[in-house]
Amino acid sequence: MTDLLSNFWVLLVLKVLVVATLIPLAGMVIGFAEMKLSAKMQNRVGPYFAGGRWGWAQLIADGVKFFQKEDLVPAEADRAVFKFAPMLVFIGTVALFVVLPAGPDLVVQNLDVGIFYALAISSISTIGVLVAGWSSANKYSLMGGLRAAGQLIAYELPLVLSVVGVVVMAGTMSLNGIVEAQAGWLSETGWQGGLPFVIPQLLGFVIFMIAALAELSRIPFDMPIAESELVMGYVTEYSGFRFLFFFLAEFANMFSMSAIAATLFLGGYWAPFVPADMLNWAGPAILAAKVGALVFLMIWFRWTFPRFREDQLQSLAWKWLIPLSLLNIVLTGIFKVAF
Amino acid sequence: MTTPVFPGKGLLTGMKVTFVTMLQTIFKPKEHLRTVNYPKVKEEPVPRARGVIALDQEACTVCMLCARNCPDWCIYIEGHKEEKAPDKPGGRVKVRATLDRFDIDYALCMYCGICVEVCPFDALFWSPEYEFSEYDMGKMMHDKERLQDWLGTVAAAPELEK
Repeated sequence: MTDLLSNFWVLLVLKVLVVATLIPLAGMVIGFAEMKLSAKMQNRVGPYFAGGRWGWAQLIADGVKFFQKEDLVPAEADRAVFKFAPMLVFIGTVALFVVLPAGPDLVVQNLDVGIFYALAISSISTIGVLVAGWSSANKYSLMGGLRAAGQLIAYELPLVLSVVGVVVMAGTMSLNGIVEAQAGWLSETGWQGGLPFVIPQLLGFVIFMIAALAELSRIPFDMPIAESELVMGYVTEYSGFRFLFFFLAEFANMFSMSAIAATLFLGGYWAPFVPADMLNWAGPAILAAKVGALVFLMIWFRWTFPRFREDQLQSLAWKWLIPLSLLNIVLTGIFKVAF
Repeated sequence: MTTPVFPGKGLLTGMKVTFVTMLQTIFKPKEHLRTVNYPKVKEEPVPRARGVIALDQEACTVCMLCARNCPDWCIYIEGHKEEKAPDKPGGRVKVRATLDRFDIDYALCMYCGICVEVCPFDALFWSPEYEFSEYDMGKMMHDKERLQDWLGTVAAAPELEK
């Protein structure tokens, strides 16, 4: 058994299979949670018919519906690019799972520059969005794509800068290393080891969550697909399976962004009072619980806040979040050197 | 001058509202739920709800005002004149318009209610009935017998104002 698992190719296939099932699964669970929670926040029942109890099969039914739809490509569209864009968006989502640690050994590849890789790869989706908007040959799509580009460039900076504080504190860019730096335990002499970085890096956490929401184009930052202004933004011309890709990528991105936030600030797979040798088994559950909490926060924001205006969005990023994150880096650096 | 408030207080208030609403809907659904599990649980419409248009065949005089005023031209009326024997011998022969066909194509109808408004003989009414959908678009054309059936669900007219 251990011989088989240490074989590189067997392990590779296994990892690919796990990631390939996890992404749609996570996307569907989050999508369903959003449907149900949004209903409860508006005094509605929500989906209840498909699948019998609670309407658990609603998203499966939706998926089947998308498969039945015609795969429509506008006559003026740049066909090859138009067809490639949803996959480009999805690539960023999938590639992010490579560095996410669900346990000390439960990681596809523990890169030394893990967080750098994760933030770099997550901006591939931006290119996908821009390409989708451009190739659709539709003014709404183009406006949506341009808005997305402007927004994602503006919020990429605070996102990366708020992570710098964590990296300075942990002294490593590897996501496993960052989790280990947060691990602490209660001993006879008091608290040993580190604390979840949300306590010393509260400012960084707040900035990261705001920037992550903007990166995901979720309400209150959903200008790229603003329904009331741009029909559906860059996905206006997409139908059927290709639309499903965008749809699933949105929810899978929510999962991966929350997982990164949980790893960076909430201690990832580590939890207090769980013995270190159990982390390989309990880790996924702990991580899932933390991700669930963050995803709930995102859904809660979405059904509470109205949409930003485009100029307010830009001024929030450039005038507030970036200076604050720079301040955060300076303060973290001073504390790191002083103590 | 407005009183200074803690920045972000409005955001937090909004989040509290949605959270409390969510908890109320989850734990006290009977009091707080505004929608129902439709095919299993049916909603009782208010008595004067404008669900579908009902017809009183006896009152109709085939004047065609409703058909002519319909913005969608979804009302189809056909009729003929019937001669009625005079009441007294030697009297005048009465002519009465009789309805042969009164169909409303509910696939076309936009439920504006203009036909109900213009009817000079109070033959058309709003019924609160709402379950009359069909799997076939062609079957949305409902005939006068079906329209007459819906008359039973029409609420009684309110008393006249003094």
